[in-house]
Amino acid sequence: MTGHDRACARLGGTARGGISAQRTSGRARCATRRSEYPGGVTSLAATPAASPPAGHAAATGSSAPFTSDELASIRSQFPILGREVNGHPLAYLDSAATAQKPLRVIEAESAFYRESNAAVHRGAHTLAGEATELYEDARRTVAAFLAVDENEVVFTSHATEALNLVAYALGTASIGRGAGASAAAAPYGLHAGDEIVVTELEHHANLIPWQELAARTGATLRYIPVHDDGTLDLDAAASIIGDRTRALALAHVSNVTGATLPLEVLVPLARAVGALVVLDACQAAPHLALHPRELDVDIAVFSGHKLYGPTGIGVLYGRAELLNALPPFLYGGSMITTVTMERAEYLPSPQRFEPGTPRIAQAIGLAEAVRFVSELGLDRIAASEHALTERMLAGLARIPKIRVLGQPSPAPRVGLASIVVDGVHAHDAGQVLDEVGIAARVGHHCAQPLHRRFGVTASLRLSLGVHSTADEVDRALAAVASIRPFFGLSEGATS
Amino acid sequence: MSGLEQLYQQIIIDHSKHPHGVGLDAGEETSHQRNPVCGDEITLALRWDAEGAHIDSVAWEGAGCSISQASASLLATLAEESADEGTAWTPDELTALIDEFREALRSRGATPLDEERFGDAAALSGVSKYVARVKCAMLAWVAAEDLLQRRGGPAA
Repeated sequence: MTGHDRACARLGGTARGGISAQRTSGRARCATRRSEYPGGVTSLAATPAASPPAGHAAATGSSAPFTSDELASIRSQFPILGREVNGHPLAYLDSAATAQKPLRVIEAESAFYRESNAAVHRGAHTLAGEATELYEDARRTVAAFLAVDENEVVFTSHATEALNLVAYALGTASIGRGAGASAAAAPYGLHAGDEIVVTELEHHANLIPWQELAARTGATLRYIPVHDDGTLDLDAAASIIGDRTRALALAHVSNVTGATLPLEVLVPLARAVGALVVLDACQAAPHLALHPRELDVDIAVFSGHKLYGPTGIGVLYGRAELLNALPPFLYGGSMITTVTMERAEYLPSPQRFEPGTPRIAQAIGLAEAVRFVSELGLDRIAASEHALTERMLAGLARIPKIRVLGQPSPAPRVGLASIVVDGVHAHDAGQVLDEVGIAARVGHHCAQPLHRRFGVTASLRLSLGVHSTADEVDRALAAVASIRPFFGLSEGATS
Repeated sequence: MSGLEQLYQQIIIDHSKHPHGVGLDAGEETSHQRNPVCGDEITLALRWDAEGAHIDSVAWEGAGCSISQASASLLATLAEESADEGTAWTPDELTALIDEFREALRSRGATPLDEERFGDAAALSGVSKYVARVKCAMLAWVAAEDLLQRRGGPAA
């Protein structure tokens, strides 16, 4: 990060007092940053050969895919991969919905309950101390994974809660409430005339909280539209993100098309106008190195269960300065300094946002999952998944009457593809795969607006994980090819 | 016959491709049901005889998977056949039929639909082994049930 970037980042974090002169000057100062991407942006996305910016796209060649021995060893760590479904070995191609769990994650969670279970951050007995130590060690592990400070990592129940937390806290700031006596939240409030910007491809979890925040504050929700090929309309983005924009909330990777969003274009646009940037990194975290500071975002969230961790745990990263200014989301025990019958003062982040007994075992399980992924190496995970994604996309392209939603090119994207089989509803298509032991997702994948944009109500999504094999991809391709014939549809007819 | 072939019997595929009873009139009372998981939608109307005592026909419109669409079509076919045979359903009779249909579909394959009572719709028995698909098959029947309940429930 250059000194100039840092200046812009700081500006993004502080210049929201509604003083237009301050914002204008902020934009002028950051204008040089914007000019570094004069339309070179689209060509970047369209040219897989161009070296992608750090942390933005899957590695393509710098690291080697897993060898077959390594892959066998990885697979042996997932107990569930040993089971059969409908008489066939399970081919789990639904990691984008939830990842399977390696034994060490299951064991870590279980070991906590068996050996160290106690409430954290209260009590003075030995187990209470051990549990607190393990819980905070989990936070340190996640912080190191993200290359951020420990007090910038908040554990939530899931990514959805993390996004709701941010939207709700901004709403509370908007009605003049802060964190106890502190007025630091006021500049983050939204009011009539302000705008929140999202994209048309968001998961519902990164759309509805902003709809509600807009409704509560009188702000306007706008969205960056997508082209027919699923890419964002960056010309529209440049005109939509402007002086009124107070927050930009967007996905790192689309959970429908698998495409990596051009953060290197969009984040500077938001920075230039002093808007907060909220990143939904759920589909990125299991596949790409996630470094929120390099990406220059204020907030980044991801879910533990998609990263080979337990369910019931999500991570909220926020810049310390921002988190310490925002009011709480849920109120109660473990998040206060002083409470009287009339009022309360709140602890700083992360405790401010972790009231009640937190998700201790889940956090410990997640930390183990983070170690699992880190030991494999995200660069090698990306290389392996990239090779399989190419195989999957090339195979799908050979099957008649299959439409891949979004761009069918291998980069920059992660290992998932959503398809529509001409003349067959996704639910019926998925049934054919299930019959031969292939787990794939059918439906709208919590992205109804994007499916509507594509003119369909549902799709069939194949998504890869660290344990995916070429054989599984080939089985899925053969099953997809069998769908239309099963329903009596020839290669030429549509119904 | 594999499980998949039992689920997608030819009758079901035929009805999903060439559905019966499609077409609603403007302004008629309907029930709209949807399956949020996959976006299946059915809007259905019960058409009553002049006295309002018997169901002459079932009409519907919808979009979704073959099971949801075939099930609506088969319900409409069954209503038409009953009316043609001079045994058009009373609200009580349809309520009983819906209850029986639901019980069979939730039986995980233990209770097949009675062909005497359900005619071609008995082909939907195969759905009961696929828990995730029961809701698809139920959609039209739930819409009919909703309309009956709105009417004040079955006569005592």
